[in-house]
Amino acid sequence: MKGSLTKERRGKMILSVVLGVICVIYVLPVLAVLINSFKLNTFVKTDTFSLPTGEMWAGVENFVKGMTFGNYPFWNSVKYSVVITVLSTALILIGTSMAAWYIARVNTIFCKILYFLCVFSMVVPFQMVMFTLSNTADKLKLNTPWTIPVVYLGFGAGLAIFMFVGFVKSIPLEIEEAAAIDGCGPVRTFFTVVVPMLKPTMISVGILEIMWVWNDYLLPYLVLDLEKYRTITIHIQYLKGSYGTVDLGATMALILLAIIPVIIFYLACQKHIIKGVAAGAVKG
Amino acid sequence: MKQKKISGLNMIQASTRRWWPLFLGPVVAAFIIGFVWPFIQGIYLSFCQFKLIADAKPIGIGNYVRAFKDASFTHAFWYTTLYTVVSLVLINVLAFAVAYALTQNIKGSNLFRTVFFMPNLIGGIVLGHIWSMIFDGILSKFSTSIVMDSKYGFWGLVILMCWQQIGYMMIIYIAGLQAVPEDMIEAARIDGATKAQTLFKVTIPNVMPSITICMFLSLTNGFKLFDQNLALTAGQPILTQPGGTAIKTTEMLALNIFTTYNNSSANAHGTAQAKAVIFFILVAGLGLAQLAYTRKKEVQQ
Repeated sequence: MKGSLTKERRGKMILSVVLGVICVIYVLPVLAVLINSFKLNTFVKTDTFSLPTGEMWAGVENFVKGMTFGNYPFWNSVKYSVVITVLSTALILIGTSMAAWYIARVNTIFCKILYFLCVFSMVVPFQMVMFTLSNTADKLKLNTPWTIPVVYLGFGAGLAIFMFVGFVKSIPLEIEEAAAIDGCGPVRTFFTVVVPMLKPTMISVGILEIMWVWNDYLLPYLVLDLEKYRTITIHIQYLKGSYGTVDLGATMALILLAIIPVIIFYLACQKHIIKGVAAGAVKG
Repeated sequence: MKQKKISGLNMIQASTRRWWPLFLGPVVAAFIIGFVWPFIQGIYLSFCQFKLIADAKPIGIGNYVRAFKDASFTHAFWYTTLYTVVSLVLINVLAFAVAYALTQNIKGSNLFRTVFFMPNLIGGIVLGHIWSMIFDGILSKFSTSIVMDSKYGFWGLVILMCWQQIGYMMIIYIAGLQAVPEDMIEAARIDGATKAQTLFKVTIPNVMPSITICMFLSLTNGFKLFDQNLALTAGQPILTQPGGTAIKTTEMLALNIFTTYNNSSANAHGTAQAKAVIFFILVAGLGLAQLAYTRKKEVQQ
């Protein structure tokens, strides 16, 4: 018995070591971005995996170049990415939680149709609506960072409503009933009684929406007025994708700037993010 | 008790019902703008020839005929299918293996989980550019590049997507594995089952719901892939066929639709929209069929 125990312990040690090695390999691409963001362009392709020492060292020059590259200030795209992500997430959270509560509690035939349409919208790929959606958005002047959240609310409502309705159905009615008996109107019942109970789902949905909107490329690319407004993702794609001569060093500097906040956000809210993803996955 | 519940629901229902403009109004308006109207218009326009939506004229099924005759579209279809099958198998097997290892009470499992999930936070476009730099860094040693050979592009995309998606599926598998009753595994062990037997006869049947979800996700993710495809190779290398038509050899369906739309020919917009409808039917159909199949299996278990 004792022998088998130590054997098992040794097995676990080996497993830990193997996983540790894989972990290091996993981090390498990010490290590659880090070292290449300080490297002169000509060496990024030839000496991708060596440290930026000696003649390869570009220092902050890459960052300066990257931030003014392509006749568009990088700072603006950071600003617009933040505006779009914050506004869209807030709008989706408020709008869909209210709608989901109404759908779950009132449950008329119209609610059922709406719910069915929301579930249906989850299996529709973006390509199906992208041309017509960008056209509609353009006509309605939804092509600015301050109005594009409406488009996100419309196209992203499906998953959020699905998750909220699922949760509302699981909370006991008695609490809302008691509030109603005490003379609480529907609006007050929702904001003071239901919303606090919805908090865990709000966090899950919020995390999923933030991850989606922040990293999204095609929707803002097609909808936004690109002369004036670019997100970080669009900016990077512009630098790397469209022109003949690409300054890889400067691109990597920008990519580094783009992923640092994401990694900090991840490390800070890791628990919620992983829980949110696990909750969102049930959409299947 | 039951009676009371129904009357309670009626009470909330009655008092809330007339508040629909506030509760449903904004979402319904946005949903119509962002989904319902574009969807209906998209189906209509797939039967039209148009440059601008305002002067669309109906031409019947011509766009669909053109879409099916387009060699680049059929190539993209087979390429996407092959990619999806390969990545689905690799991602799920590896993700399950990692999840299984991490639930064995080993040291550092929290750290490992954190690291494996990390790539999911980075967007597809950025991921594509990171990996194109890495692959070019390796391939330049052999004086070639990821955009020189479609084989490199294919496996490059598979590696990239494994790197990104394993952590995501791992999270779902871990949740599934943790829900397997401890005493069931204990019972199997007492009955003298080996570790492999326990895994295949007890653990895997019990995590079937997670497997369903992950298969469904990888299947639709694979077919819908766009950002990574665009950023890694953008469809290159281009193969010119004897007939003079050019095929982007590493172009997947979503990117093919996008490329078609940006083509300058008179039928381009209509053909792209027809392709988008075909693409929608494919993605929705696959997802539902797969779901129905695995649900049935779950019940049998």
